[in-house]
Amino acid sequence: MLQRVVRSTVIDAPIELVWAVIRDFNSHDQWHEAVEVSRIERGERSDQVGCVRSFTLRDGNRIREQLLTLDEREHKSTYCIVEATVPLQRYVATVTLKPVTDGNRTFWHWESTFATPPGREAELRQMVAGGVYEAGFECLRRHLRTGADLRSPGAAPMPVALPVPSRQVALRRYGGAEVMQPEASECPAPREGEVRIRQRAIGVNFIDIYLRRGWIPPMLPVSADAPGVLGMEAAGSVLDVGPGVTHVMPGDRVAYLGPAPGAYCSVRCVPADWVLRLPAGVEDDTAAALLLKGLTADYLLRDLGRVGPGTRLLVHAAAGGVGQLVCAWARRLGARVIGTVSSEDKAAIARAHGCEHVIVTRDYRFADAVQQACGGADVVIDGLGDAAREQNLAALARRGHWISLGQASGALQPIDPDALVAKSLSFSRPVVFDYVATREALAERAARLWAALADGTLPPPQIERHALDAAADAHARLESRRSTGALILVA
Amino acid sequence: MIKVYTSSVIDAGADSVWARIRDFNALPLWHPGIADSRIENNEPSDRVGCIRHFHTRDGGMIRERLLALSDYDFSCSYEILESPMGVEHYVATLKLTPVTDGNRCFAEWSAEFDCDEGRERELTDTIGTGVFQTGFDALKRHFARR
Repeated sequence: MLQRVVRSTVIDAPIELVWAVIRDFNSHDQWHEAVEVSRIERGERSDQVGCVRSFTLRDGNRIREQLLTLDEREHKSTYCIVEATVPLQRYVATVTLKPVTDGNRTFWHWESTFATPPGREAELRQMVAGGVYEAGFECLRRHLRTGADLRSPGAAPMPVALPVPSRQVALRRYGGAEVMQPEASECPAPREGEVRIRQRAIGVNFIDIYLRRGWIPPMLPVSADAPGVLGMEAAGSVLDVGPGVTHVMPGDRVAYLGPAPGAYCSVRCVPADWVLRLPAGVEDDTAAALLLKGLTADYLLRDLGRVGPGTRLLVHAAAGGVGQLVCAWARRLGARVIGTVSSEDKAAIARAHGCEHVIVTRDYRFADAVQQACGGADVVIDGLGDAAREQNLAALARRGHWISLGQASGALQPIDPDALVAKSLSFSRPVVFDYVATREALAERAARLWAALADGTLPPPQIERHALDAAADAHARLESRRSTGALILVA
Repeated sequence: MIKVYTSSVIDAGADSVWARIRDFNALPLWHPGIADSRIENNEPSDRVGCIRHFHTRDGGMIRERLLALSDYDFSCSYEILESPMGVEHYVATLKLTPVTDGNRCFAEWSAEFDCDEGRERELTDTIGTGVFQTGFDALKRHFARR
């Protein structure tokens, strides 16, 4: 008579985190207290189907088990006993994990069938159910909480984290949206000072398009052998952390932005200094949609533009991702906000975000209207680029400040210093990453951003979602200038 | 093929929860989004192949055929024959699994279907959140009260 044992529980951790431990067929001596020491025979990898783990229990018993199934899609692992000093015969066990979508937890189902010598059925069923499965649930909970080796320090090396399957959008040459190729990939374990993140939402920005077109090759070299990956920001959960990382822990909800692209993927390692923990009130989608654009608005208005009561501020693409935020925030700071947009629909959006005077123009002609409306702009926030250079110079007031943020119409040609001297103008070409270069600066700016969102200074972002694999669609939307608000990719 | 998957943990034994949801004609009794329901042709509601004909609270009429019913697996599958949602080849499964540590169960509700391009997100939200999660929330409330 075949015995059957089933035990199940719910773990308060995302499935990726539990699976990262379970899928490693040799990890059980790191987390299960009943297992003394384990190794994989013949030097095979622990995720090689067919590999055999040979281990000793604390009670002295020895067991060899073979991996029969490893299913990344179903989060399932099946194994059998090949040889053991305990009388479990024809023992086949399966661990299945399922996501509890209502709360981001994990349902863990562990079952087996086996035969025993006559008369020992109940005893061995109890040993498997209690001593192995139920004890295992508790041990894994503890393991995830502490993230540490359960044995005394120095007794054995720390667990070695494994690569985790991922999906990425690869770039093997520069060009149009069609050069982006979704594909399966692998994210290595985090190194010292790194955090491995299961990403759920990825921000799409104009810089991604510039990089894709090959306008800034040093920032993203690509080739057929070494593809590049776009993307500067994302939000998700920490899977695990490398040595030396203390301010975030596995399971934390986080977002990041950083100067090196690579966010268009589902799992990514990034330097811990880029990463900040998200307040409970900020959703993943909101963080990915807002972080880079919102921190950009923060340094533009606060540091670079020094925008305050009465500042005459000209914002191009006032209905765009950054434009909306700048308009709303500048208005709250007391500025007079003038915006340019490319259509009447976008004019309505800009007005709704606090833009007092909206100029609708498709041919980059706005200088006369700006001079009429306010006598010239003290600060211009410009994402238009070369086609608008002369108009920008003409729209500025004396001692005005032209902040060039982007180049939607084409790369900006060099500016003649004499073009600035006529009105004592200044010109800036900033990059957000220099304004969040330390963890403290990042945290301080982000705190202001979340506060502005919470108190209604900034409206909740309008978010347009695309699947990670459909990154090309998202780019096409952004390049067509049809999109309003923020685009994100959902991984 | 679009897939929707929603799961939850309900604080009651699988057999108690199953008793509440097993009846293919009982949606109005436990799902707050459903106004009324009847089984066509006077068939019993646990005969595989029977068709439930019901209305949502916002007035939509839906007809669904029972494809599988298992008291052993605590699971039930059905397909949509007629609905205002604009889905095709829609097959859904509702399944309970006991959680052995404590008196609770793991509930899964999933569906696969085809739809017009561009409506995937909207339908995934409507079905995953509006139908499935709303149903689970109602079950959780019901069993929390007892």
